[in-house]
Amino acid sequence: MSMLLGHLMVAPIVLPLVTSALLLLLGERRRRLKSIINVSATLGGLVVASMILRGVDHGGGLGNVGVYLAANWKAPFGIVLVADRVSALMLVLVGVVSLCAALYAEAAWSRASVYFHALFQIQLMGINGAFLTGDLFNLFVFFEVMLAASYGLQLHGSGWPRVRSGLHYIAVNLLASSLFLIGLAVLYGVLGTLNMADIADKIPRVAERDLGLLHAGAAILAMAFLIKAGTWPLNAWLVPAYTATSAPVAAVFALMTKVGIYTLLRASTLFFSGAAGRSAYFGQSVFLYGGLATIAFGTIGFFTSLRAGRIASFSIIVSSGTLLAVIGVGSVSMTSGALFYMLSATLAASALFLLVELVERIGSDRRAGQPDVDFLPGEDTNLDDDEMPLVGRAFPVSLALLGLAFIACALVVAGLPPLSGFIAKIAIVTAVVSADSVVPTTAGVGLSPAGWTIFGALLVSGLAATVALARVGIRRFWSMGGQSAPHIKRVEAVAVVVLLLCCIALTVYADPVLRYTRSAAAGLNTPRAYIEAVLSAQVRAAQAGAQGRSESTPSGISEGAP
Amino acid sequence: MEAVLALVVGVLAGAGVWLVLRPRTFQVIMGLTLLSYAVNLFIFSIGSIFIDKPPIVAPGTPGDLNHYTDPMPQSLVLTAIVIGFATTALFLVVLLASRGLSGTDHVDGTREDS
Repeated sequence: MSMLLGHLMVAPIVLPLVTSALLLLLGERRRRLKSIINVSATLGGLVVASMILRGVDHGGGLGNVGVYLAANWKAPFGIVLVADRVSALMLVLVGVVSLCAALYAEAAWSRASVYFHALFQIQLMGINGAFLTGDLFNLFVFFEVMLAASYGLQLHGSGWPRVRSGLHYIAVNLLASSLFLIGLAVLYGVLGTLNMADIADKIPRVAERDLGLLHAGAAILAMAFLIKAGTWPLNAWLVPAYTATSAPVAAVFALMTKVGIYTLLRASTLFFSGAAGRSAYFGQSVFLYGGLATIAFGTIGFFTSLRAGRIASFSIIVSSGTLLAVIGVGSVSMTSGALFYMLSATLAASALFLLVELVERIGSDRRAGQPDVDFLPGEDTNLDDDEMPLVGRAFPVSLALLGLAFIACALVVAGLPPLSGFIAKIAIVTAVVSADSVVPTTAGVGLSPAGWTIFGALLVSGLAATVALARVGIRRFWSMGGQSAPHIKRVEAVAVVVLLLCCIALTVYADPVLRYTRSAAAGLNTPRAYIEAVLSAQVRAAQAGAQGRSESTPSGISEGAP
Repeated sequence: MEAVLALVVGVLAGAGVWLVLRPRTFQVIMGLTLLSYAVNLFIFSIGSIFIDKPPIVAPGTPGDLNHYTDPMPQSLVLTAIVIGFATTALFLVVLLASRGLSGTDHVDGTREDS
């Protein structure tokens, strides 16, 4: 069992890497083969992620923390990969979303350029690596892998809007990478280590005179993650870039902001937990107020956007803000709700990005080439253009499917009952009310002002999302749809439906999922188990077998229960 | 030597930030390049600066930092240089595409609008 998980843990990184190399070797022809390889590798990634999740969740208590010593060096010296419940959950999320995006891309988008599939796999490798790594510099490398692929994917399909927003996107992210390096260097200068568990172990023992430097380094590092997460005021690049890019790429990009959030969550709970002495809960209030400001920004953005693509981008900003604010409060039940919210919001945002493109096809067959203008319904709204009554007419299947999918998406994004968005908000609001906050400095106990503000911000942002999506729905489906069925390929429909089915599954199986997120959050809030698991992982002795190969990689899994 | 290095890092970073905020794409890319130089020098200087000390522990000498210089920042900076170089090259391509599509080298490509 431990052997199996040990070697599985590197698969989410190696599988996309090998696939990407293979896809490059296949050259410019053989599209069908490349499509099959891309989709099956992504499916394989999902399977591997599920197996890691099962392996990590298998133990009782705080569960297992899988540790993979990549070069058979003991933890603070060599690079480690670490999988706990949170990273495993994120891997599964990546698997689901990327599989749907890959399926969707097969319909049309993958043909827009030769290297789409290879870039797509490299992007997955970067995201998976960022979730798995236990080393700050390695995290930087995976960030860069992810970003380098995203620069290419963002421009996929070309065109002026993409290049223009891509220019800004790349410039901002290159700056963020510089900040990342500066913060990392300062932390190394103070602590002499880059292993995340080792950093967490050493922070309580930092000398008084170095505390300022340590905090400055951590703050600069956090700036890089906050830019990635799309926090106001560092998110001006996000909406144009995500709106301009092609639908399947935008769906994968929805995961990238979550990488920023995940890193912040991981770093803040690990480095600045309650056990961190004088540095305890450093920066939590920044998360809280930054998150609230981001929600406000996204809410205003909902009201200002008429195009569905922009609404989807703003829904990403709102979800980032919500997650940040909730992380800023930092109790177990809050974090648990946040993890559930992250699943639901990411699935819904990805589905919305895919849907947007399909929805914009409605009516485009008849009015090809016409600009996207607002059609006012005439006085005789019960009749269509040919004076035929609307009632009792056969309704195109594709349109019905789109409408239903759009409604489901809107329900999840806005957090209305009965779908998973509602449950996620309930989980967070219950945690706000139930007063088990562990951060006395920021949130106080019980219904503190911060708690109330989160409560209010959740409701108002939900209202704004409802208004914005209802407005788009009315314009797209009621005032101009009806008779011209948009042309939708089967795989495109399948991709969207699978994402929404996952949201429905989250609703139906909310209890086990919430139980899982709760133990994941408990694991985050007791970083000692993580630290011990990483630092005590044993190097595997060289095999004295007949084959003199010493390259067999080690694996160790240690019980994380305290 | 520390003072000189600090000044160099400061001047590079200051010039880089100023250039990044300029409206022409070429200035932005030069600014990003200068910033990455500043960052690389900064990382390098983190591992305490010595002259004539190898980044390895020679046999027979004690393994503390009085006898060798920390090799870690040097390896970090190598990786950072490679990655920074590659991403800047990628940015250059997008910059040229933007120049070709908009006919101007303004970062917003506003020639047609104005």
